[in-house]
Amino acid sequence: MRSRARSALTRVTRHAQAGGVVLDGVGKRYPGRRGEPDVEAVADVDLEVAPGEFVAVVGASGCGKSTLLRILAGFESQTSGVVEVGGRPVTGPGSERGVVFQDYGLFPWLTVRENVTFGPRQRGVPRQTARRHALEVIETVGLSRFTDRFPGELSGGMQQRVAIARVLANDPALLLMDEPFGALDALTRTQMQHELRRIHRETGTTVLLVTHSLEEACYLADRVVVMSGGASHGVPGHVSQVVTVDLGDERDVNGESFNALERRLVAAVHGEESAP
Amino acid sequence: MASLTAGRRGGRTDAALRAALGVGVLLLIVLLWDLGVRGQWVLVFGIKMAFLPPPVEVARLLWDFAFGGLYDDAYSAALWEHLGASTSRVLAGFGLATAIGVPLGVLMGRFVWVNAALDPAVNLFRPIPATAWVPLVLLIIGFGNQATVFLITLSAFFPILLNTLAAVKEVPPRMVEAGRMLGTSGWGILLKVVVPAATPGIVSGLRIGLGLAWVILVLGEANGIDTGLGAMITLAREQVRTDRVVVGMIVIGLAGFLSDRVLVRGLGLLFGRRPLVRA
Repeated sequence: MRSRARSALTRVTRHAQAGGVVLDGVGKRYPGRRGEPDVEAVADVDLEVAPGEFVAVVGASGCGKSTLLRILAGFESQTSGVVEVGGRPVTGPGSERGVVFQDYGLFPWLTVRENVTFGPRQRGVPRQTARRHALEVIETVGLSRFTDRFPGELSGGMQQRVAIARVLANDPALLLMDEPFGALDALTRTQMQHELRRIHRETGTTVLLVTHSLEEACYLADRVVVMSGGASHGVPGHVSQVVTVDLGDERDVNGESFNALERRLVAAVHGEESAP
Repeated sequence: MASLTAGRRGGRTDAALRAALGVGVLLLIVLLWDLGVRGQWVLVFGIKMAFLPPPVEVARLLWDFAFGGLYDDAYSAALWEHLGASTSRVLAGFGLATAIGVPLGVLMGRFVWVNAALDPAVNLFRPIPATAWVPLVLLIIGFGNQATVFLITLSAFFPILLNTLAAVKEVPPRMVEAGRMLGTSGWGILLKVVVPAATPGIVSGLRIGLGLAWVILVLGEANGIDTGLGAMITLAREQVRTDRVVVGMIVIGLAGFLSDRVLVRGLGLLFGRRPLVRA
């Protein structure tokens, strides 16, 4: 059974090469309210993500990390700089960039399977092919027993699995995740982190994960991008540090080196915050 | 497991009790009605109960209206004909209002320019009650079927339009974002995401519209129509047949209630287990 799921995922890998991200001098400026100056949410963000890389973005609330993700998703457009995915400029949302939202964003009127086939069907994949592929992806996230349930009948963790499955069904080159496990209880959260790690290894998809959990970032990412500032700090949100996670593949969250790295990140995030 | 069964049984007892309570109140109203007529009560607003027929008489007349065999007059067993005529008018008006109101509401809710173009007109026409339209309609359409269907369409249209509009506007932006990042755009977003997401609100509008259609029916059928429950009530009032007026009222009330049930059940069959109708 597992091998069948794998064959579905090799198809994903084929596209993964296209998943490289280039952000060059990216800024986002919102027009100010009447009589007030413009608000600069993000400024001068330079970042390159290699195809297949797992990058986590951390930072205090309002530092612009979600804005960055929304720009990459194509929901908003940058007001300055260059945004490219797979060598092509981002001009709007697209199925090669799958987004996993914190609040899942599933279609409540569709069953699990229909939610997962939605993307492929919209792209014109024949019904039977889409259905078969969907069942494989659903198996990957461990929901085979729930294919005919509606989202409202599932727990938060299960709904988030469906949300992950439905973007995987689109064979995305880039997976954008906006605090995907933020609404889950601690136990489910840990479990989902394990699964995401496995899925990333199996698919080789590039992942950009926005999170406020430094432990999550350390556990999952190849690199952690620390952002600071933000409109409320009087400084636009910007990248203050990029930390490479050199912990190898088997990471022990209670290990010495893991804790050292996490402390480094804490210092990076909070050090900036207390600065004048 | 035991507690689950007990809970379920408790739920059933609860439902039975609630139903009994509801029926009890209805019986109480009939009882008070009967006592009031016998005792010639005069209530607030100057309601003179003595002018009302007693419930038993109304029940007999209703039976005769439905099945005949008691009075053998023009109305014996004529209910189905009148009800059929009225229902077809309600359906025509409601159907027309739905066919125009739902698409228009979706477009207004989704496209700023459509909304800008139509919002002032809608808001100017909406407060004009159907009763105020009657004199004009009689002058420019004339007595009869078309005028009635027009009035029903008009009054069902606004709640359907406004509920659809509100429901579409309230579709969470997240739903649209999800649709777009999965590769949908344009009409796909409208038809596959916005309309289903707005369906519970649209259904609420349809139910209100259908209810109003029966309300306006009496108004429309009051003029120049022979067959129909509204026509029957109007004629009965002219003949001072209070009992027949009450019978007509009861039939229209039941028809309105049943048509709502049919609408909800029908949509239920269509949607299956999909959560598309508000509980």
